[in-house]
Amino acid sequence: MSKRATDPQILTANRLIDGRVVYWQGAGWAESLAEAEIFDDPEAADAALKGAARSVAERVVVGTYLFAVRLDEGVAVPVKARELIRAAGPSVRRDLGKQAEGLFSPPPVHAQVRHARTTPGPARDPFDVSI
Amino acid sequence: MPLIKNGDWADDEFATVADDAALPEGAVIVSLARFEKERAALLARNARLGVHLAAPQSPEALGEDVHRLSVVVLDFPAFKDGRAFSWARLLRTRLGYTGEIRAHGAFLVDQLAHMMRVGFTAFDGDARITPQALASALGEISYRYQPAPDGQKTIRQLRAR
Amino acid sequence: MYRYDEFDARFVAERVEQFAGQVARRLAGELSEDEFKPLRLMNGLYLQLHAYMLRIAVPYGTLAPRQLRKLADVARRFDKGYGHFTTRTNMQLNWPRLADVPAILRELATVEMHAIQTSGNCIRNVTADHFAGATPEEIEDPRPLCEIIRQWSSLHPEFTFLARKFKIAVGATVHDRAALLYHDMAVEIVKNAEGRTGYRVSAGGGMGRTPYIAQLMCEFVEREDILAYLEAVLRVYNQDSRRDNIHKQRIKILVNAIGAEEMRRRVAREFEEIKAQGYLRLPQEELDRIAAYFAPPKFEPIAEPVAEYEAARTKDKRFADWCAHNLAAHRAPGYAIATISLKPIGGVPGDCTSEQMEAIADLMDAFGLAEIRVSHEQNLVLPHVKKRDLPAIFARLSELGLATPNAGLVTDIICCPGLDYCDLANARSIPIAQKIAGRFADLKRQEEIGELKIKMSGCINACGHHHAGHIGILGVDKKGVEHYQLQLGGSGAEDAAIGEIMGPGFTAKEITDAVERVVDEYLRLRQPGERFLDTYRRVGMEPFKNVAYLEQLHAAY
Ligand code: SF4
Repeated sequence: MSKRATDPQILTANRLIDGRVVYWQGAGWAESLAEAEIFDDPEAADAALKGAARSVAERVVVGTYLFAVRLDEGVAVPVKARELIRAAGPSVRRDLGKQAEGLFSPPPVHAQVRHARTTPGPARDPFDVSI
Repeated sequence: MPLIKNGDWADDEFATVADDAALPEGAVIVSLARFEKERAALLARNARLGVHLAAPQSPEALGEDVHRLSVVVLDFPAFKDGRAFSWARLLRTRLGYTGEIRAHGAFLVDQLAHMMRVGFTAFDGDARITPQALASALGEISYRYQPAPDGQKTIRQLRAR
Repeated sequence: MYRYDEFDARFVAERVEQFAGQVARRLAGELSEDEFKPLRLMNGLYLQLHAYMLRIAVPYGTLAPRQLRKLADVARRFDKGYGHFTTRTNMQLNWPRLADVPAILRELATVEMHAIQTSGNCIRNVTADHFAGATPEEIEDPRPLCEIIRQWSSLHPEFTFLARKFKIAVGATVHDRAALLYHDMAVEIVKNAEGRTGYRVSAGGGMGRTPYIAQLMCEFVEREDILAYLEAVLRVYNQDSRRDNIHKQRIKILVNAIGAEEMRRRVAREFEEIKAQGYLRLPQEELDRIAAYFAPPKFEPIAEPVAEYEAARTKDKRFADWCAHNLAAHRAPGYAIATISLKPIGGVPGDCTSEQMEAIADLMDAFGLAEIRVSHEQNLVLPHVKKRDLPAIFARLSELGLATPNAGLVTDIICCPGLDYCDLANARSIPIAQKIAGRFADLKRQEEIGELKIKMSGCINACGHHHAGHIGILGVDKKGVEHYQLQLGGSGAEDAAIGEIMGPGFTAKEITDAVERVVDEYLRLRQPGERFLDTYRRVGMEPFKNVAYLEQLHAAY
């Protein structure tokens, strides 16, 4: 299941009762990406995914899977746009979804500063999904 | 394996026989392949006979022999595979078969009402397929838009009254 | 429009409770997700990226004001205050809770609405020309037949667990506004040599991974035999379609695997048998009875030209622009068909807020408009507007942000929800559509370009009809990054054609420029009177390809 062995992973699902996106945070499911447990070890990630079968059987969540993140100053940034959008809400409706409910943290300033230092041009927001 | 017939539990009076097993005494159900291979002998036995069709097999393969069968078993390898709905209908309309049509396999309670409509009369499913479940499934929708082999009046016929 | 009688009402009410029972069984653990999924889909309920999504049926795209108000009401009470109109002329709620869905369905049932068969491997909501009953071109209103098909297909006992979905559209004009030939089955109302009205049936069209234009099944089916014919096609499909590979289970694959000739033979055999048995005969009285519900309003005799309307056009440039693009000819003098664009520049194509829906319903009541249509182009249509009311209607629409004068122009982009909402998406489509619309926002420029249909999907499933776009855009995933393929020359009209893929995809940053260069090249190459599609058909892909990849070429050197 694990993607690239080098990328850390996060375990996610949708909650059965309302479909909301949730993340495994070690002892249960959290609503915000920032609270998610980050698995550096692919085997630990796979084990957590297996363990999540229990939450499925208990009808708490559906559709469990792992996705890859990169660490940006210790903050997990999803590799794929799909997971950024799941974590935040629709990129075309910033007034809706987790981004509008305080459940999606804006990028830490130091991460922006670091980008400003290493890449030419304006600071790149690692969470920026604008097109 | 208990069976539902006429809305209630019933004993399965047929032995389902694998293709390479010896035929026991009494009523048996065999595959289409075995039926085709041993047709004469099977029909000559002095016992009731059934054929179990796999999901892709049309009952048309049985031809006129269908009228000499006591049961045709239609298979649901997965509940999403709805071919048997057409096969049951074909048995009742084109082939004029009047014997038992038995559903076997992975069908859901939620399909029972449709199955009754197209001509199934017996159900051999998982533990959730019970006479109580059947009765409540049949009571869910009172009216129907389509004519079907069960002969129930359609909404259009009811409107015309 | 059609009104439920006691039987229809009870049918829908019981279907709601049946579904409520399925939800309860799911929550109680009696149904697994694998088992529940097809059952919820059959009632329009998906699980998407952020939440569940409920697709509410708008049969053949027709809504009454009370229904529009109810959609607004459920969107506000159970969702986030807006709905999304789709290319299947349905309306989607993007955020309902599973536990609330039975309550939503009960609300919808009070105004004769439902979500039956808006998804799943069954016969889907039947669609029709959005100008039905109003356009001067048609042989007759296709919606009575649609309603008959809706009833016949609702919980059809034999065809509820098909190999894949099955979409039917009905048209009655030479000019096809319903993308007929892209449907699993297309029914065209036609007259035969003797002047009798009947139906031409085609089957095997579809978009997606393997797009096909439907092939002719029967040149002329008599009126009373149409249900028998449809049932025959469905029966052959249900029996003979593959079930071993989800990508090869639509009827288009069957028709193309065995050939149209063999398909026709198999269908004819079933058809003759069903006909002989007589059980699906459709009596003229039944057609007449249903058609009576769709009788047009009594049109006032109004002399053309209509002075108030003409005066307003001369006086108000914005009104004149809107009339030039958003009005279509009506069958009655003094009347017009008005398109309410749901494509404001920079907006989300097809989205409409509860406030807008309610305001439109109020406007309909104020001007005696009994019905509104949803078009597959994701706009709304007022089919019977008196021209003298148009200035006031336009003024009200302007206040609501619903008076964008772009129907049929390059910014009237069909666009699926894409990766902003959809679980199956490879790439976002809405922000690309917004950027392209922004680039061409200038009305003068749009008018100069003329009819140009851009259609965009976030994945190969083609909900945004990209195969049928004059310019089609398909979102793809290239190593985890959103990319966009261009396709040119598609058409969903009577000259249906599948767009040709240009070549490698563009990045999100490049695609708008590429589209603009293609459009500019068309302006350079076109001959008088040519639409983009005509020019493309004359000159082919090459000149467009040569300009589209400009940036990539520069980057390579
Ligand atoms: S085309 Fe693909 S991305 Fe767009 S709505 Fe359909 S399934 Fe989703």
